[in-house]
Amino acid sequence: MELSGAQILVDSLKREGVEYIFGVNGGAAMPIFDALYGETEIKLIPMRHEQGASHAADGYARATGDVGVALATSGPGATNLVTGIATAYMDSIPMVAITGQVFTHYIGSDAFQECDVIGVTRPICKHSYLIKDSDEIADVVAEAFHLAKTGKPGPVIIDIAKDAQIHEALFQYPETVDIRSYKPQVHGDPAQIAKAAALIKAAKRPMLYAGGGVVLANASEELRQLTLKTQIPITVTLMGLGAFPETHPLAMEMPGMHGSCCANYAFTDADLVIAIGARFDDRVTGDLSKFAPNAKKIHIDIDASCIGKNVPVDVPIVGDAKKVLTELNKQVGIADIDPWRNQIQEWKQKYPFEYEQKADKVMPQYVIEQIYEHYSDAIVVADVGQHQMWAAQYFKFTEPRQWLNSGGLGTMGFSLPAAIGAQLGCPDKTVVNINGDGSYIMTIQELVPAVTMKLPLKIFIINNMYLGMVRQWQELFHGKRYSAVDYHDNPDFALLAQAFGATGLRVEHTEDVVPALQKAQGITDGPVVIDFIVDEEENVFPMVPAGAGLGDVIRGLS
Amino acid sequence: MNSEERHIFSVLVENRFGVLARVAGLFSGRGFNIDSLNVAETHDSSISQITLVTHGDAQIIEQIYHHLNRLIDVIEVTDLSTAGTHVERELVLIKVATEDPQKRTEVLQVAEVFRGRVIDMKPASLVLEITGDEGKLKAAIDIFNTYGILELARTGKIAMLRGSEF
Repeated sequence: MELSGAQILVDSLKREGVEYIFGVNGGAAMPIFDALYGETEIKLIPMRHEQGASHAADGYARATGDVGVALATSGPGATNLVTGIATAYMDSIPMVAITGQVFTHYIGSDAFQECDVIGVTRPICKHSYLIKDSDEIADVVAEAFHLAKTGKPGPVIIDIAKDAQIHEALFQYPETVDIRSYKPQVHGDPAQIAKAAALIKAAKRPMLYAGGGVVLANASEELRQLTLKTQIPITVTLMGLGAFPETHPLAMEMPGMHGSCCANYAFTDADLVIAIGARFDDRVTGDLSKFAPNAKKIHIDIDASCIGKNVPVDVPIVGDAKKVLTELNKQVGIADIDPWRNQIQEWKQKYPFEYEQKADKVMPQYVIEQIYEHYSDAIVVADVGQHQMWAAQYFKFTEPRQWLNSGGLGTMGFSLPAAIGAQLGCPDKTVVNINGDGSYIMTIQELVPAVTMKLPLKIFIINNMYLGMVRQWQELFHGKRYSAVDYHDNPDFALLAQAFGATGLRVEHTEDVVPALQKAQGITDGPVVIDFIVDEEENVFPMVPAGAGLGDVIRGLS
Repeated sequence: MNSEERHIFSVLVENRFGVLARVAGLFSGRGFNIDSLNVAETHDSSISQITLVTHGDAQIIEQIYHHLNRLIDVIEVTDLSTAGTHVERELVLIKVATEDPQKRTEVLQVAEVFRGRVIDMKPASLVLEITGDEGKLKAAIDIFNTYGILELARTGKIAMLRGSEF
C-alpha cells in the first residue's frame, strides 16, 4: 500500500519500538506532526524549545538505554536542536534527530527557514542523512537506528525534505540492516586480553578506571565481577558513576579535577591503570606529563580512535566492554596487593570529601547529603556547574543509569528537559533534578510540559546567586574580578514555579532543608521546585587547577 | 619521537553525496593537515577512491587512520606508506610562455627530457602534460619556471600498492 512519506516515517519509528518523540512543530515538519496526530502507539511530547526536545530525547536514552527521538522543523528548529545533538555526541548517547527540510526544489536557494542542517551538524553527529524521496525513508530510519545504538553509540540526523514527507511511496521496512562500510569491532583480540590478564597478575599497585562506556555497554555487572574477583581498587569517572557502587570499600570515588584525593593519588602512584570505557579526558588526567607516570596502561574501548589519543597505551583492546570484560574475568584472580589496598584505605580515610558548616548558611554540600538521605534510589539528573560536582561527590550512586549529566560538552540547561525524558522512560522511578540557578533558567520553559504531564519531578535548585563555577575560577585565578557572573537579579524561583503551575518552595535556613525535602516526597501530582538559597561563595574542593598534575590537588580543608 | 612523516592514505568510500565534505571536515575539525587530495570514481561506480597525502608524527597518523575508519561512509582505509611498497603518480599541466621560436624549441627539448607531451600549442604559449612522482614534477616545474610558467594545474597524488599487496 502506498503511504505518505510522513506516515512511512511514523510506521518505521513504530517498527523501531519508539515510545516517545520529543518535538516542536513548525512549517517544514508539519506533515510529520500531522501523521503523529491522534497516534497512540508513539506518544508525541510537545516541548517548548527544540533544545529541550533534544535534551529530553537524550535524557530518555540515558535513563533507558534505548534510542531517544527528537523532532523539529527546518532552519531555526534544526539549529535549536544543535546543542542537544552536540551534548549527546560528546557523551555517545544513542539518539535520532529528525528535522523537516524545505521542499527539494527550494534546497540551496536560501528559502524561508532553510538551513543546511547536514552541514551544520556534520562534526557533532555519528552520521546524517538528507532524504529527498519518500521511498528512501524506511531504509534510512532502519540504518539510523542501527547506527545510533551499535558500536560507539551517538546521535544520527535525518533531514527530510517536505515534499518527501508528502509524496506517497510503498512502505516496506527492511528486516535487517547491513552497511558494508560499518562493522564495529565488538570482540576484543584474545591475545591482547591474555596480555592484559598477565599485566594484572604481575601488578603491585593496580587500579581500575571505569568510565561512561561501561554504562553505555551495559557492562556494570561484568565490571563488578572484575573488581570483586581481583579486589583491585576502582575509580569511576563522572560519566560512569553508579557503574560500581560508591558505597563499596574498594570504590575510590570519582577521579580528576574535582575528584577524590584518593583516586588522584592512586593514579600518581599506580603501576598499572586498567581503563575501561573511559577516555583519559583532560578533566580526569590533569597535566598529561604528570599523569600516572609509573603505570602501564591497559585501555579497553569500542572506539579505536579513543585509544592512544591522549595517553600512550601498553595494551590496547578494541571491543565492547561487556564482551571484553566477560573474557577478561575468566583469566583473573584475586590480586596479591595488600600493601596497596592498605594505602588506598589510608587515603580514603584521611581525605574524604568534606566541607565546613558555616554559621547561618545553608551549605550546598549539606543539601546534597540530605537529598541523598531522602532519595538514595532516585535517578539524579544534574546540570553543569558547582552543584553538579557537589552532587557527584556527595550523592553515593550505586546503580548504572542512576546518574545523568552532560559530562563531555558540559551543557548548561541540559538537566530539566533531560529529567522529563528520564521520567517518561522510567515512570516507576523518582527523578530528582539537581540544578543550578544559572543553568535552571536556561531551559526553564520546559517546566510547562512537565506541569502539563503532571510529572512528579523533584527539581532542586542549588541557588548561590552566581554562575558559581566561573565565579570560583575568578576568585582563584582572576583576582576576584567577578565579570558577568553575578546572578543576584535571579527571579524568585519558588514564585515562578507557582506561576508555571508547579509547587514552589524556598529554603533559606539549614533547619528547613529536611522538612522541605520531606514535603517534596509527598507531592506526586506534578513537579515540585525547591529553591535552596545556599552559601554564595562556597567553592568546590578538592581541586586540581587546570594544567596541574593530579598529585598537586588542592584539598581545600587542610 | 615526534618527527613528522608524510603518509599517503588510500580511502575507499561510498560514492555518495557529501562524503568528501565529511572527510575534509574531519581534517579541518581536528587540526590534521591535507597536503594533497584526489577523488574519483573507481571501476565500481558505487565506490570512490580518495588518495590523501598528509603529514604528522606517528600518533597523529594513527589518529587520522582511526578517525577516517570511524566515518560511516568509509569502506576501507590503507596507509600506503606502511602497508607495503607502492607506486605513485601525479599529473601536471603546464602552460609555458613561448614568444619566440627559439624559446619554443628549447621548451620542447626540455619537455622531451621529462617525457612531457604537448597537448596544445599557440603562437605565444604551449601546454605540456607531464606525469611522474613528486621529485620529477618538482624538477620539471623548476626548469619551466625559468622560461615563464603562465598557468599550472596538477592532480594531486594517486597511488596503489604493488603486485599482490592489497
